[in-house]
Amino acid sequence: MSFDNAYDAITAENDEHHWAFGATPGGSGVSPGEYREDPLAGVDRSVPDVSTADLTAYCLMLADDALILSQRLTEWCSRAPELEEDVALANIALDLLGQARLLLTRAGEVEGRGRDEDTLAYLRDEHEFRHVRLAEIACGPGPEGDFASTIARLLVFSTWRLAVFQRLASSADPVLAAVAAKGVKELAYHRDHAAQWTLRLAGGTEYSRARMIAGLEQIWPLVAELFETHEVERRLPGVAVDPSTVRPEVDEVLAHVFTAAALEIPTAEPMSTVAGRAGRDGVHTEAMGYLLAEMQHLARSLPGAQW
Amino acid sequence: MTRSNWPLWEVFVRGKRGLNHVHVGSLHAPDAEMALRNARDLYTRRNEGVSIWVVEASDITASSPDEKDPFFAPAGDKVYRHPTFYVIPEDVPHL
Repeated sequence: MSFDNAYDAITAENDEHHWAFGATPGGSGVSPGEYREDPLAGVDRSVPDVSTADLTAYCLMLADDALILSQRLTEWCSRAPELEEDVALANIALDLLGQARLLLTRAGEVEGRGRDEDTLAYLRDEHEFRHVRLAEIACGPGPEGDFASTIARLLVFSTWRLAVFQRLASSADPVLAAVAAKGVKELAYHRDHAAQWTLRLAGGTEYSRARMIAGLEQIWPLVAELFETHEVERRLPGVAVDPSTVRPEVDEVLAHVFTAAALEIPTAEPMSTVAGRAGRDGVHTEAMGYLLAEMQHLARSLPGAQW
Repeated sequence: MTRSNWPLWEVFVRGKRGLNHVHVGSLHAPDAEMALRNARDLYTRRNEGVSIWVVEASDITASSPDEKDPFFAPAGDKVYRHPTFYVIPEDVPHL
């Protein structure tokens, strides 16, 4: 073992394979050629005996939540307050993008119309996106938000999604169950990261505390929507998780963080819906059009392009 | 916010088959807990590690390059300090 280079020392036995993504269960690295290996290899891909339209819609809901928040977090690349935080937010965005890819692929597979993950991500219009509006609002960087509101959203979103995924891991859809089981570990880290920052911003200076409080107030009108049961979820018992059932757990986790940070739970009124229709029905806020324009313009300008 | 607000931390990672923690680099963080998390994000992205230590750089007392000779040269000719005169049994690893 050579100690001339620290990285050689810890990866010497993995030789050139250590550049690959993750590692095989045996502990050795994965070769670069296997980089895009299906993380759900070996999972039963049969479709459960439910309405395929409903199951497709449900996969899109879960996928779009992750895809759109991933896009928002990606906006912080090179703009985070510190280099270390830049990497942390990018890691979280990549985890969510990974979840989105698996779920979009599943949606396309269940739908059976030949749409793949790229088609679903880049060629759907705004009203076809099924994510909760919390994922899409602008929380910075830029004038519409800041690091604190980004952390506030990440705290609520990851706490909620973790609670949903813990239940989804026993879904009757084997693919959803596998995606959830994989995602639980990622989301637990996202929640921890956001909670750590909430504590530090709230307990830092008077200014950082004021920004943290303002960040929570900014996102709070979108929180109630997370726990609204959609008709699609209601029609898929055993497959989908009813989000209203996770509210007690989410409230408890958030109360724990808020108590430790000496913060009050905001009391903002929920953001209005359009005749009861919101993000899950494809009804989005003004921010969504701009987000999609940035996310999709390259794929739409150069159809089929590879880069 | 300026970088100088956050102290420098040195990061040590123990690899999957490594026997000890090895210094891999440094980073900035506001406190030890965040340093550990930043280290996880910066230095174990490719699944290199199973354990991380962080220590604030200012807490490390280092030998000075100026003292190199008095520190290390006297050991150079003490051949009897090396276990080269013993037969090492084959079943004793990591000696």
